[in-house]
Amino acid sequence: MINFENVHKAYGHHEVLKGIDASIDRGKVVCLIGPSGSGKSTMLRCVNGLETYQSGRITIDATLVDTDDASIHDIRTRVAMVFQRFNLFPHRTALENVMEGPLYVLRQDRSDVRDRASDLLNRVGLGDKLNAYPGSLSGGQQQRVAIARALAMQPTAILFDEPTSALDPEMVGEVLHVMRGLAEEHMTMLVVTHEIQFAREVADSVLFLDGGRIVEQGPARDLLHQPRHERTRDFLRRVTHPI
Amino acid sequence: MNTFTTRAAEYLPLLINGLWMTIAITLASLALATVLGMTWALLRTSGIKALALPTRIFVEGVRGIPILVVLFYIYFVMPDIGIDLTAFQAGVAGLALTYSCYIGETFRAGIEAIDRGQIEAAKSIGMKHPLMMRRVILPQAVRIVMPPYANNVIMLLKDSSQVSVITVAELTMQGKALASSTFDNMTVFTLVALLYLCLTIPLNMVMRRVEVALGGAK
Repeated sequence: MINFENVHKAYGHHEVLKGIDASIDRGKVVCLIGPSGSGKSTMLRCVNGLETYQSGRITIDATLVDTDDASIHDIRTRVAMVFQRFNLFPHRTALENVMEGPLYVLRQDRSDVRDRASDLLNRVGLGDKLNAYPGSLSGGQQQRVAIARALAMQPTAILFDEPTSALDPEMVGEVLHVMRGLAEEHMTMLVVTHEIQFAREVADSVLFLDGGRIVEQGPARDLLHQPRHERTRDFLRRVTHPI
Repeated sequence: MNTFTTRAAEYLPLLINGLWMTIAITLASLALATVLGMTWALLRTSGIKALALPTRIFVEGVRGIPILVVLFYIYFVMPDIGIDLTAFQAGVAGLALTYSCYIGETFRAGIEAIDRGQIEAAKSIGMKHPLMMRRVILPQAVRIVMPPYANNVIMLLKDSSQVSVITVAELTMQGKALASSTFDNMTVFTLVALLYLCLTIPLNMVMRRVEVALGGAK
């Protein structure tokens, strides 16, 4: 469904992506892991055109991702995104945040959108927070609103950019729980994460990036239990046993 | 003091005529300056170089010219190229032009102060630039911009006294005329100063209220 073909990206002389080839099938959960600066967030952000790439091709269901083309807006309505720092609209309530896209971008009927938005907030466990402003919600709650906002677009895939990295440890579980639910419903998900346990249990496959290259990719179990590359082994050792 | 009150009573009707003119010219130029200022800010943050660059040159150019020179130019030079404005029209045009540049810069700063994450979130749900501005950026920028905007409004009110140089009979002009005919500088200019305060102090309080209502003072 999402395809990377020899994708290169550089900031000036600094190459961030040095030829990425990958493909993400519909209904699968793919986790991107790797040290910071390895290019995993950049790779993710190229998919919906928040970053541009200089050469190669990224396609979503055969549509080329091209930030200079008007089609990019359409792509973004089909591929939703959840950010590390939530990025909820602070001047709108939880419900309004979720309704914003379907109502103003997709121009769907207001009462339908409202019903669906409150269902979604119920589903992520925030049925009692419909009229709360983001500023009065905890990080975990805000991230769940952000996931509901992504789902409200009825996307074919969701990109997660380190969705639990800005959360206090006790709130990580509630967000991962929601994501696990989506995986069980076969939502296509591309997840940049440091949660190796989550990747192990939920991901269908894992890509390990280092220095702008995919060092190793394969089924989650194989890659996380028997990594073939020394670099992958070393990284996993340091993430799972930090001390 | 007794003489002050009797003289004040004598001068006030004329000064109050001037006060009305000050209010009229301030409101007219504020409305125009705000609309133009918003336009400059939107053009400069449009991301389209062909719009942003000329706007920037224009705004920085006008900001670099003293308001008196702008007024002289509009009132005395424009007729030579066929644009003949009344003193009032020229005053409003000059104040509005100058203040649109100050206000535009204030609005631009507010727009640029919005967190990049907000822009990315708006883009990620497929918003195009105009919708993002209307639904995400401007509602947040208005709160940030309110205190400096209020400051601009007060400054504009006070700078409306500058149009006296092109013969608009506003408060300062009336004061000057009265002072030169009565030689009672003390009473006249005290009254003029007090009348300005009668405008600026309530205006400050209103602006403060608006700020609080918008949540900008949090």
